[in-house]
Amino acid sequence: MNLVFQLREDAVAAPDFLVHGVEDTVGVVVVEDASAGKELTGWVMETDDTITIKALDDIPLGHKVALSDIVDGDTIIKYGHDIGKAVAAIATGGHAHVHNMKTKKW
Amino acid sequence: MAHDSFQGYRRDNGRVGIRNHVILLPLDDLSNAACEAVANNIKGTIALPHHYGRLQFGADLELHFRTLIGTGSNPNVAAVVVIGIEPQWTNRVVEGIAKTGKPVAGFWIEQNGDHQTIANASRAAKEFLQEASENQREKCGIDDLWVSVKCGESDTTSGLASNPTVGNFIDKVDPQGATTCFGETSEITGAEQICATRAKTPEAAEKFLATWNAYNDFIMENKTDDLSDSQPTKGNIEGGLSTIEEKAFGNLEKIGKNTMYVDVLEPAEAPAAGPGLYFMDTSSAAAECVTLQAAAGFAVHLFPTGQGNVIGNPIEPVIKLSANPRTVRTMSEHIDVDVSGIMRRDMNFDEAGDSLLDMTIRTCNGRLTAAEALGHREFVMTKLYRSA
Repeated sequence: MNLVFQLREDAVAAPDFLVHGVEDTVGVVVVEDASAGKELTGWVMETDDTITIKALDDIPLGHKVALSDIVDGDTIIKYGHDIGKAVAAIATGGHAHVHNMKTKKW
Repeated sequence: MAHDSFQGYRRDNGRVGIRNHVILLPLDDLSNAACEAVANNIKGTIALPHHYGRLQFGADLELHFRTLIGTGSNPNVAAVVVIGIEPQWTNRVVEGIAKTGKPVAGFWIEQNGDHQTIANASRAAKEFLQEASENQREKCGIDDLWVSVKCGESDTTSGLASNPTVGNFIDKVDPQGATTCFGETSEITGAEQICATRAKTPEAAEKFLATWNAYNDFIMENKTDDLSDSQPTKGNIEGGLSTIEEKAFGNLEKIGKNTMYVDVLEPAEAPAAGPGLYFMDTSSAAAECVTLQAAAGFAVHLFPTGQGNVIGNPIEPVIKLSANPRTVRTMSEHIDVDVSGIMRRDMNFDEAGDSLLDMTIRTCNGRLTAAEALGHREFVMTKLYRSA
């Protein structure tokens, strides 16, 4: 029994999305099958925590998923830093990209 | 495998190369054909054709000479044949390279024609090649290693995994006395204040911010809209990067967590403040940036890519790494180090950094990179402004 338990503890499930830090409001999808309605497992790299979120949209590999409801005009946080602003509301689990967010520079 | 030494070519000026190239260096666009003819005559030499070298002036002309002289002076180059349209500027390049003590000869086309020039230059190139073929590698330390870094066709996996892998590498070789370099001035936009805090001295921070501000002012003066058609690139956007700020914070992951930069370099300027990390004012376009870093004397380049940039350089081997599982599957022939395991949590940054260090030492010992094997020799001179 102990041996089986040990193996299960060691086996870390591959995440569906990654989050750099606890302050981030978006995560990055790292699989090719994050489709709308799917329950996604996320790894918060800074704290090594695991979180889950339900995808609202189909989100391609490398694209961002909103970790909470984001209001139009909100600053988007990634790496614990300001990476731009929302130009439309983005619901939790929604696809955050150039259609609903924009640079504050240039 | 031990990661504290490699087998390199120690040159007369003390610098260590990891390749032993004999190059045909055109002064100007008009001399490309002659250089390519000589490279075809003398097998094993490399021609470096480019587009410029006529009617340039001021800082733009200085950069042209600094890039050509620096390229010829790079320790990966054993000997150089320079060909120009006329003797005066040709000799300026020859004399600049000669300061390294390596064999160099110049030829010019006016009043000789292509035939005579190609014949004479071929004789010199043959002698140089045979002489260079007797150079022997010797054991060198990490403090002899000059490494440049720049990422390209980045996506979010670059900032998550492949760029931090390069950062882990930098944090490991910096205490061992390596000389390293990052650049991409425009692609630090959004993270410029954080980048300023990574300077070792207040002077270096001030110099960095002045450099970034000057580049940003130029972009603001010339931009036609919000630049979102150029930065992030279409490839970046396809890969999930939405803004220049997001790209910048991912970019900065390449300098690691602890390493501080000691100075700020002009484009193609060789470091002069001893070992350590340097920031160079460069274009963010891959081939322009690597060409400038190679001209500053860097011997091996680390290039993380997300969507799959294929760049190489004729004299500085470019090692590519990627963490994007789709890219390493669809473009495997271009990727030297696969760090996609980080995304699956079956590889940590320390292991990824070690794997990159291992590939770097193997490359320094003579292993050809994917870009070398595939013949990628993108040599792109940076031109600052219109000609006179």
